Amino acid sequence: MGEAIVITSGKGGVGKTTTSANIGTVLALQGKKVCLVDTDIGLRNLDVVMGLENRIIYDLVDVADGRCKLNQALIKDKRFDCLTLLPAAQTRDKSAITPEQMKKIIDDLKREYDYIIIDCPAGIEQGYKNAVAGADKAIVVTTPEISSVRDADRIIGLLEQDENLSSPRLIINRIRNHMMKNGDMLEIDEIMNVLAIDLLGIVMDDEAVISATNKGEPIALNPSSKASIAYRNIGRRILGESVPLMALDDKPGFFQRVKKLLGMR
Amino acid sequence: MSNMQPLVTIRGRKDGLVLSLNDKCSYDSLILELKEKLLVDTRDHEGPLIPVRVEAGFRYLTKEQKDEITDIIRSKKKLYVDEFNSHVLSKEECENLLKQTQLTSKTTIVRSGQVLEIEGDLLLIGDVNPGARVIATGSIYVMGSLRGIAHAGKNGNHDAVIAASLMKPTQLRIGEVISRSPDNSNDSKNGQNTMECAFVDPTVKQIAIDRIQSLFKRNKQLARLT
Repeated sequence: MGEAIVITSGKGGVGKTTTSANIGTVLALQGKKVCLVDTDIGLRNLDVVMGLENRIIYDLVDVADGRCKLNQALIKDKRFDCLTLLPAAQTRDKSAITPEQMKKIIDDLKREYDYIIIDCPAGIEQGYKNAVAGADKAIVVTTPEISSVRDADRIIGLLEQDENLSSPRLIINRIRNHMMKNGDMLEIDEIMNVLAIDLLGIVMDDEAVISATNKGEPIALNPSSKASIAYRNIGRRILGESVPLMALDDKPGFFQRVKKLLGMR
Repeated sequence: MSNMQPLVTIRGRKDGLVLSLNDKCSYDSLILELKEKLLVDTRDHEGPLIPVRVEAGFRYLTKEQKDEITDIIRSKKKLYVDEFNSHVLSKEECENLLKQTQLTSKTTIVRSGQVLEIEGDLLLIGDVNPGARVIATGSIYVMGSLRGIAHAGKNGNHDAVIAASLMKPTQLRIGEVISRSPDNSNDSKNGQNTMECAFVDPTVKQIAIDRIQSLFKRNKQLARLT
């Protein structure tokens, strides 16, 4: 029996889809059977981030309505055999599916896969209710901005009321070290003080994430990027390892500079 | 009938009349005698209206019965009912009264969008986050950070106070008095370790915040907590 994890945030644009794609990828890298589920019906883009858009034939709504079998709608990733994607429909809206239908699909998937990563749409309406319906665990993504932390707080409140979910964990995304040092950005401690839930990981703001996303390749596949290492650490924490948080300092020390000169990374 | 004790006795006091109603007889005979008694007393008083205190003893008067008695007394030109006094309370009234003085403790974080409403005093072990709201008819004590909205004395009780280990509210309300945080509060490290308390300053009818120790001297009612 697998485990369904919903990735949510309340606010839009904080990196839910990118986080879902990368967590799915790092878990697949560790050899787990993973299924990514996009529940953002009408505004799907997990398939684009994964570079699988051209392979879509059936989608989530087709499965829910019984127009196809679950296996027919699942798309195998081009890089990993153990990673699949269940895409959302693009031509319908969030009300095209009910939480009960969603729960059934997730339960079916849990029999086949080790991890089901559910990408939740922004907002707290129907789309959110669908996304959390079948989930066992939740990961809340936030950025060090006051608006995003406020929405994360709201979402955590809703998640805590759901008795099917164990306590949610937090990922702080898009951290810019120099701004945090100057006090222009909320500090990690400040965010943790307000939200008061377990921290699953922190991810640096990295331009490589944008270029990788545009190529349809999750950043986690590129081991030289700081964001990639952060996602790999998050993946290991999900699997139960205890990995210390990354150092925020991105200035290379003397030793690293010598190593770099010698061309050994 | 005549040598029996009267069912209704009227006594004069310097602040008005006291009307004692017998609590053993039937309600109907009581009303009958009340009407009779008031009819006898037909002197026309000069001056202002006279307040009447109705002592019902161990009789429980329903809302309708109270209204009826009020109407009978009011029908006399110079009399009006000031208050009803009774030794008995209905269970509901009693529970309400209890609730008003009860201290309810909760262990939770009240998050954005959530509302925690309590009858009586609230002891919250946890935080009130921005965008969240805690409401009590009595006082509010937060063992944690108060960053959202706190509304104490919801039914207009100005003696209610709001105390918090970390006082960083977006808004404070006591009764109908509202105050908000200053727009430029950058002294985040200041007062980190002092517990603070908000109360209505009676001289200016505004909410003031002070160290919790100074309030203790000011308002002895707080001692009820202990």
